[in-house]
Amino acid sequence: MSTNAQKKGFGATLWDFLTTVDHKKIAILYMIAGGFFFLVGGLEAMFIRIQLAVPNNDFVGAGLYNEILTMHGTTMIFLAAMPLLFGFMNAVMPLQIGARDVAFPFVNALGFWLFFFGGVFLNLSWFLGGAPDAGWTSYASLSLASEGHGVDFYLLGLQISGAGTLMGGINFLVTIINMRAPGMTYMRMPLFTWTTFVASALILFAFPALTVGIFLLMFDRLFGSNFFVTAAGGNTVIWEHLFWIFGHPEVYILVLPAFGIFSEIIPVFSRKRLFGYSSMVFATVLIGFLGFMVWAHHMFTVGLGPIANAIFAVATMAIAVPTGIKIFNWLFTMWGGSIKFTTPMHYAVAFIPTFLLGGVTGVMLAAAAADYQYHDTYFVVAHFHYVIVGGVVFAVLAGTQFYWPKMFGTMLNEALGKITFWLFFIGFHLTFFIQHFLGLWGMPRRVFTFIEGQGFETANLVSTIGAFFMAVATVVLLINIIITSIKNEKVGNDPWGDGRTLEWAIPSPPPFYNFKQLPLVRGLDPLWIEKMEGKKGMTPAEPLGDIHMPNNSFTPFVISFGLFVAAFGAMYRLDYNWGLPVLILGMAITFGSMFYRSVKDDHGFHIHKEELTDDNDKGVKA
Amino acid sequence: MKKLAKWRLFSLITLMALILSGCGKPYLSTLQPAGEVAKSQFDLMVLSTLIMVGVIIIVTIIFLIVLFRFKRKDESIPKQVEGSHKLEIIWTVIPILLLLVLAVPTVLETFKLADVSAMDKKDEEGNTEALVINVRANLYWWEFEYPNEKIVTSQELVVPTDQKVYFNLKSSDVKHSFWIPAVGGKMDTNTDNINKFWLEFDSKGAEAAGELFYGKCAELCGPSHALMDFKVRALPSDDFDQWVATMQGIEEPVQADTAKAQEGQEIFNNSCIVCHAVTPANTTPEAARQAPNLTNFGDRAYVAGILENNEDNIKKWLTDPETVKPANKMTDTYGDLTPEQIDALAAYLSGLKVQK
Repeated sequence: MSTNAQKKGFGATLWDFLTTVDHKKIAILYMIAGGFFFLVGGLEAMFIRIQLAVPNNDFVGAGLYNEILTMHGTTMIFLAAMPLLFGFMNAVMPLQIGARDVAFPFVNALGFWLFFFGGVFLNLSWFLGGAPDAGWTSYASLSLASEGHGVDFYLLGLQISGAGTLMGGINFLVTIINMRAPGMTYMRMPLFTWTTFVASALILFAFPALTVGIFLLMFDRLFGSNFFVTAAGGNTVIWEHLFWIFGHPEVYILVLPAFGIFSEIIPVFSRKRLFGYSSMVFATVLIGFLGFMVWAHHMFTVGLGPIANAIFAVATMAIAVPTGIKIFNWLFTMWGGSIKFTTPMHYAVAFIPTFLLGGVTGVMLAAAAADYQYHDTYFVVAHFHYVIVGGVVFAVLAGTQFYWPKMFGTMLNEALGKITFWLFFIGFHLTFFIQHFLGLWGMPRRVFTFIEGQGFETANLVSTIGAFFMAVATVVLLINIIITSIKNEKVGNDPWGDGRTLEWAIPSPPPFYNFKQLPLVRGLDPLWIEKMEGKKGMTPAEPLGDIHMPNNSFTPFVISFGLFVAAFGAMYRLDYNWGLPVLILGMAITFGSMFYRSVKDDHGFHIHKEELTDDNDKGVKA
Repeated sequence: MKKLAKWRLFSLITLMALILSGCGKPYLSTLQPAGEVAKSQFDLMVLSTLIMVGVIIIVTIIFLIVLFRFKRKDESIPKQVEGSHKLEIIWTVIPILLLLVLAVPTVLETFKLADVSAMDKKDEEGNTEALVINVRANLYWWEFEYPNEKIVTSQELVVPTDQKVYFNLKSSDVKHSFWIPAVGGKMDTNTDNINKFWLEFDSKGAEAAGELFYGKCAELCGPSHALMDFKVRALPSDDFDQWVATMQGIEEPVQADTAKAQEGQEIFNNSCIVCHAVTPANTTPEAARQAPNLTNFGDRAYVAGILENNEDNIKKWLTDPETVKPANKMTDTYGDLTPEQIDALAAYLSGLKVQK
C-alpha cells in the first residue's frame, strides 16, 4: 500500500508482513483480515435476508440456514468486529500515548497470527463437511447433539483465536500502564486510549470464562467427558452461565472502543475539547465494571427464579446511567462547537440517535417480566444490531475514514465516503427498525423460514430490501479504497487540520520508530495545546538519541501454525489413524518454536542518532 | 347524512384495522394480550416505552439544535469548555429516577409471574386444586400431559379460559422454549430441570383469536426450529370439562367407520402404533411416548403443528415428512408406503375424532 512497499517487490513485502512486529503493520494485518471476514459475514447476512424475504422460501435449506446464521454471528463478533477494533487499537493507541511500539511487539504479532489461524480454521468448516450450526452461543444441549464436525470447528477455532485476543488485551494493558510519554498521565490520555484500556481489562477477565467453557465443551465432544451431558449428571445451564459471563462483557469489549473512536472524532470536527472528560472516563470504567454484573439478563427465561431475575434486571438498568452520561457529553461537546460535517463526523452524528435507540430497547429488555416476551424474538435481533451495527460498525466505518490517512498516508475520497454513509445509514434503519415489531408480533429469532398468514410478510421484505442498501454501501467503500490506493496522494501530519492528539503530530504514515524524540505532554489534547500557543509540533522530552528496536520474527507465525495443525489432529483423532500423530506434530511445532524463542537471544537493533538526523526530518518536529 | 355516518364508520373501521394490523394478529401478537400474564407484560412494555420515548424526545431536541446551530460558519476557534458539574449531575440523577419508576413495577411483576405456590397445594390423592399441565418439548413436537386428569394430548394444547393454568416444563432432547405470545411470555424447557410458571387465557381474547392461539418454540433447537409450532385451544370452563370427560372416556382407540379407514387402521396398528398412541391415558411411561399422541388427531386444526388439517396435507406429511419438517424424527422410521396405503392412513387419521 505504501510507496515503500511497492519498491520492495511483492515477495519481500509479503515476508515483511509475515514477520513484522511493528504495531502499525500488525494493525494493517488486522484490518485486512478483519475486513475480509467482515465481507464473509456480510455475505452470510445477505443469504439470511434473501431466505427470509418471502415466506416458505427455499433459497437455503433448514440445516444450511442454521450453519449460515451461526457463522454470521461468530464471524462478525470474533473475526470481524474485534480484529477491526484491534486494528485501530494497534494503529492509534501507541501513537496517542507517545510510545514507540506496544510493550511486547513479539506477543502482538503472535496474537494476530493466532486470531488469523483460528479464523481460517473456523471458516474451513464450510469446505470440510459443514459449518457449526448451534448458534454463536452454542448452547450445550444443542451443540452436543449437533452431528458432524461443525461445532468442533467452532470450539477449536475460537480456542485458538481467543488465545490471540487474550494476548492482545494483556499487551495493550501493559503498554498503557508502562509506556506513556513523559507528562502523559492517566487523566490526560485520549478517550480512545482509555476505552482501549478498559476493553483490554474486560478481555483479561472475560475471555478466560469463554476459554474454560469451550474447553469443557471440547472435552465433552472430542474426549468423552460429561460436563454438559445431563444424562450423566452434567448441567447445560452452567454452559449458559460461562458463555454469558464472557458474552456480556464481550458486548462492552466491542462497544467501548467504538465509543472511544467517536470520542476522538467529535472533538476534532467540533473544534472543541471533549465535554466532561473526567466523567467520560468515569462512565467508561463504570460501564466496564457493571458489564460483569449483568450476564444473567441473557437468561431471564431459563428459570433462575424471581430473585436472580429481579437483581439482574435492576443491575442491567443501572448501566443506562453511565451510557446516558456519555450520550449527553457527546452532545454537549458539539454544543457551542464549530461542526464540520466530514464523513467520519457523519457517522459520529448518526451514531448518537442510532445508539440511543439500541440503548433504550436495552433498558426495555432489562425489565425481566417484559423480557419474557422479547426474549429470543426479532425484538432482540433488532436491539443488538442497533447496538453492534449502530455502535461498533458505524465506529469502524468512521474510524476507517478518519484514520486511513494516518495508517496509509492518503485520504479516502470524501464524496464516496458520504455515499457509503447514506446508503449504509438508510439501509441499516430500513433493515432493523421494523424487526422490533416483527418480534412483538410473535416472530422468534433464528428461524429459517416463516409460514404465510402470520402477518410477517411485508416487514420481512422491507428488512431484506434494507440489507441490500448496506451491501451496496460496502461495495462503494471497497471502490473508494481501491481508487484511493491507486491515486495515493500523500498528505501531511495532520490531514484533517484539527487534530488534537499525539498521533497527528507525526508524519502519515509514521516512521517505523514513531517518535524520533519522545514528546513532552503538557495536558489533555497535547497537540492542540501546542497549536494554540502557535507552535507547529510537540516539544521533545528527551535529547536525540539511539532508538532501540525489536527484530522481525517468523516465530509467531510458526507457533500459531502449529496449533492450527494440532486442531485438525484433535478433531479427526477418532475418525482417522493419522489424527493423533497430527495432533502431536502440531503441538511439537508450537512448543518447539516456543522453545527456540526462549533459548535464542534476540537483542534487537539500534537506530543511531546520526541516521535520525540525516533523515530529512521525517520524525517529530523539533 | 346517513351516508356520511356510514362513511365515518367506514373510515373509523379502516383506521382501527390499520392500528390493529400494526399490532399483529390477535392469535399471535404480544401487542394484543389475551391473558393476565400477557396483559401485565404489555403494561410494562407500555410503561418502559413511554419513559424511553420521553428520553428520546429530549435527546432529539438537543441533537437537532446542535446540528443546525453549530455548523461551522467561519474558521474561528470555539471556546474550550471543560464541562459543567450542574449539567452532569442533572443527567445522572434524572435517569436514575426514571429507572426507579421502571424498576419497581419490574421487580413486582417478576415476582408475581413466578408465583406458582398453588402447585404445592395438594389433596390426599396428591392432586392439585389448580389445573396443572406437564409440557414436554421434543424435536419438533409438543406433548401436553394433564396429571390430575390422567390424560395426554399432543400438538394442540386444550385449556379452560379465565382461570390460572399452571405448567411444568421440560425437554426430552435438547433445550426448547415454550411460548404462546398472545397469552404470555416464554419459559425455557430445560434438559436439566423442570421449570414452573402459570398463564391465564382470557375468554374475550380467545374469542378474538378464534379460540385458537399460536404457540412457538423460542429456542434454537435444530433445523426445524422454525416449524416447531403448536396451537392452543382455549375453551370456556364447561366445554373444557366436557372435553376432559370425553377424553377420559376413551379407553379403546376410536374405531374407523369406513372400509378405507379400517384398512388405514390396520396399517397404523402394524407400524405407527409403536410410537404413536391413540388412547389418551397417561399410563405409558414417558420414555415410551416417542411421538405425538394422536387420540383426537381429527379434531386438531393442524397437521404436524404447521399444515392445515385436511386429507391432502396428511398425505403430504406421510409421503415425505422430510420436506415438511427437515430433520424430524419420523422420516425413515417406516417403510415406503404405496399411495393407496397413504390414502387409507389419511382416511383413518382424519376420522380420529373425539368431539362428534
